[in-house]
Amino acid sequence: MTVDRDIITYDRHPDSYRHWALQVDGATAILTLSVDEDAGLVPGYKLKLNSYDLGVDMELYDAVQRLRFEHPCVKSVIITSGVERMFCAGANIYMLGGSSHEWKVNFCKFTNETRNGLEDSSRDNGLKFLAACNGTTAGGGYELALACDEILLVDDRSSAVSLPEVALLGVLPGTGGLTRVVDKRKVRRDLADVFCTSEDGVRGRRAVEWKLVDDIAQPAAFWERAKAHASRLAALSQRPEQAVGVPMTPLNRRIDAAGYHYDTVDAQVDRDNRTVTITLRAPVQPPATDVTGIVAAGMTWWPLKMARELDDAILLLRTNELDCGVWLLRSEGDGDLVLAADAALVEHQDHWFVREVTGMLRRTLARLDVTSRSLIALIDENSCFVGSLFEVALAADRSYMLDLPAEEGEPPVIALSQMNFGSYAMVNDAGRLAARFANDAEVMSALQQKLGQKIDPAGADALGLVTFIPDDIDWEDEVRLAIEERVSLSPDALTGMEANLRFAGQENVVTKVFGRLSAWQNWIFNRPNAVGDDGALKLFGTGSRAKFNWKRV
Amino acid sequence: MAIDYQQKIPNNVDLGNDRRLQRALEHWQPRYLDWWQQMGPADFQCADVYLRTATSVDAKGWAQFGHVQMPEYRWGIFLAERDANRTVGFGDEFGKSVWQEVPGEHRAVLRRLIVTQGDTEPASVEQQRLLGLTCPSLYDLRNLFQVNVEEGRHLWAMVYLLHAYFGRDGREEAEELLHRHSGDADNPRILGTFNEPIEDWLSFFMFTYFTDRDGKYQLKSLAESAFDPLARTCQFMLTEEAHHMFVGETGVGRIVKRCLEVMKGSKSDDPEVIRKAGAIDLPLLQRYINFWFSSCLDLFGADSSSNAASYFAAGVKGRPDEAMFADHICKDSQYDLSVPDGAGGARIETIPTRNAMNEITRNLYIEDCQKGVTRWNRLIKKAGFDFEIKLPSSRFRRSIGSWANLPIDPSGSLLANDVYQNCLAAVLPSEADRAYVHSLMKPVTEPGKMASWIAAPDRGINNNTPEFEYVKLH
Repeated sequence: MTVDRDIITYDRHPDSYRHWALQVDGATAILTLSVDEDAGLVPGYKLKLNSYDLGVDMELYDAVQRLRFEHPCVKSVIITSGVERMFCAGANIYMLGGSSHEWKVNFCKFTNETRNGLEDSSRDNGLKFLAACNGTTAGGGYELALACDEILLVDDRSSAVSLPEVALLGVLPGTGGLTRVVDKRKVRRDLADVFCTSEDGVRGRRAVEWKLVDDIAQPAAFWERAKAHASRLAALSQRPEQAVGVPMTPLNRRIDAAGYHYDTVDAQVDRDNRTVTITLRAPVQPPATDVTGIVAAGMTWWPLKMARELDDAILLLRTNELDCGVWLLRSEGDGDLVLAADAALVEHQDHWFVREVTGMLRRTLARLDVTSRSLIALIDENSCFVGSLFEVALAADRSYMLDLPAEEGEPPVIALSQMNFGSYAMVNDAGRLAARFANDAEVMSALQQKLGQKIDPAGADALGLVTFIPDDIDWEDEVRLAIEERVSLSPDALTGMEANLRFAGQENVVTKVFGRLSAWQNWIFNRPNAVGDDGALKLFGTGSRAKFNWKRV
Repeated sequence: MAIDYQQKIPNNVDLGNDRRLQRALEHWQPRYLDWWQQMGPADFQCADVYLRTATSVDAKGWAQFGHVQMPEYRWGIFLAERDANRTVGFGDEFGKSVWQEVPGEHRAVLRRLIVTQGDTEPASVEQQRLLGLTCPSLYDLRNLFQVNVEEGRHLWAMVYLLHAYFGRDGREEAEELLHRHSGDADNPRILGTFNEPIEDWLSFFMFTYFTDRDGKYQLKSLAESAFDPLARTCQFMLTEEAHHMFVGETGVGRIVKRCLEVMKGSKSDDPEVIRKAGAIDLPLLQRYINFWFSSCLDLFGADSSSNAASYFAAGVKGRPDEAMFADHICKDSQYDLSVPDGAGGARIETIPTRNAMNEITRNLYIEDCQKGVTRWNRLIKKAGFDFEIKLPSSRFRRSIGSWANLPIDPSGSLLANDVYQNCLAAVLPSEADRAYVHSLMKPVTEPGKMASWIAAPDRGINNNTPEFEYVKLH
């Protein structure tokens, strides 16, 4: 590495997990959390009481990825704790108290995405999750449980589920806690009000009555009950009875001063101009299109390879390149090969591996949607924004397509494939095309007519699929001005504006988590009542009490 | 029909005129008695036991002696007299008036502290329920039951606070205190140590010396609380707790004395010889001390604790004898905490004093533990033998805090892992030790007679002789 600072990377491997253990037993896997308190990702805090930081969650993300690809026959996953009488105490408070605002927000976003990923895999890929809460389940620990399909709580007359953030820390349970309690679990709002202001939480029979958990079991019967629930959940899964997993090989990645480089993705960082240019490359060879070939290609199969590399690039850029607020999205290569891969994704959509690849693409594109960077797609010569890759252009806040006159060369084209119609739901459950056109039936039907056709700049403009189509004379200036203008605007206002414009239409749990919950949380994270010298989060554990400014805002 | 509450439940909380409290206790008391019958001392519910009952908090009333069947014992509710001028003695609220009601913002914390403290009281009764069957004398049997009924009364005291000050939550928690049972895998007591049965009398004396002493220091800390009813309740409990310490200290002392008699008679300190005479040898005693002392240190919590800091700041739980400290605010002061340096030694880590409250209390406890040990050693020295009982290092066998899970021997030295395992086998009670102690556990129920392994007490209870019939068995 030839960079002059420590780069945070997300690569993890079960052989070197510090905090989680992954154990597969037939159709059920057990993920056990035993946090090594001395193995925090950055110095300055101890991960006591099975609390977590970004590093702990990186392992969880890796473990779930491996369940998706390496263990196709696992149908249900029990998430539990290896620490006596302590399931998980949530995010480490000292880590939060000592972290910069950006770090906290990035941490929350990643943990949110990992939890949303559990629900995504349950809904679309048949991987069911049971939280087997065998001890105190507090804060982020309960939020992790909330992201599972079902929650079993030990009834030992002392272990409770709780969201003590408001009462103890003066902040919100920001990883979906408030939202999932009322929206997903349908806890009555007045009971939720009591629950969310109680330090101690609720245990036993009452936790079931309030719908905070699905079931309780006494310690002696706990494991048997957990396994029974896991078997029942497994029966709901469409994952295969028999299949050989695909090993998750490490990414071929190089990090240097210029950026982050992969085989199919390249991120060039321009720190002076505060932009990143992300180039996505089409397959070089025709991708395998039959199941045997696809599975044999495994991690090197282009759609998966590209998705993994883009996913990693997004995470690394978010974590390590905070000042680069504008991402320029480019593509290059043979669009026909992208469409060939898309055709295989459609044709074999019932095959477990292909379904998992689509899931990976879906979650990666969703990660792009919720990234707090301005996204500008540049569709220029040699580009190949077709089918699945066109989703990246659709994720952009705006797009520029070069209207090259025929006499100057071959103008770029875009194309829609079946994959653009519903395969890649955004976090609001809407497809990007549908959301773009407010689900207008007429427009959508016109777009269906264009399926598979090459669409030139004028056509793309007419259909509303791109924002502007400057010609070759204007292109350079138009693009430069757009970028220069964008990088000059307030990063906070842009983040807020983009988050509001990107997700038109219906709301759901996840949009509320990323919208209402995260926005309020991030506001609170900036308020003196939480992070001032006398703020509750800052003072937690010091023995001094918070001094609040009582004005309601 | 009017119930004479003062007769049924001696109290100084005006129970006769407090309908809310009456309603709560009328519901709870029958359940408590059921619990006592099921989980209290096995086989002795009909025996007449010479017990001390508190009927008021003044000098005359707090120690009324007489033979009574335990289920008929009058478990009362007593708080130390109220000092109308009492102010908060520490933390951010220092100098303000103490609280007569629970402040809403501290409700959850206070309830948790009271429940945790309350849970240990019935737990110890449950742990000790079979001990009466193997008593070494009627005098000891009576002391066991005195400890038991007082632990029962301490449960009452905590239940009173829950009923009187914590509304519906408090009543539910009070019920739960009777539903959790020591050693019940499905409904364990809150603190791990209180789920281990106490199967022999040596362990009982260790428990009353070491574990009850932890209770004493917790009570002393709570007796400083700004929540006045809690403080006053704990102050009165401490007068009873003193007897438990006495049972522990004199119990071990009498075991030492008996051992020394055998050593003198046989002119040998060989454990084999001591055991042949049916006494308990000093090395075995040392191993029990190593076990119990180290088990108890974790009860004080982590050496750097955010909970302890916020309890102190809020005024809910202070340091034992807070008045003897110079600084009661501890806002900006620092504490030098000894932590492992990673190379076998210790280094000083400076932490805010408020976070060190557990460690400060633990150190006071260790000093207090040492006093009895010094007295036992004086007996040994006076008898002319060269053996010194030592408390193990506070770093030995810890499971909580910076010294947790390190291979450290009783002298405080860091060992290699395999050496440590051998060391543990040598310094903790072995299976053979436990089997031997177990073999000694034969009941002695003739008034004035003692088991072979323990000397008679110097004096009896309430100016009676040791030969007095402290328990009348039927």
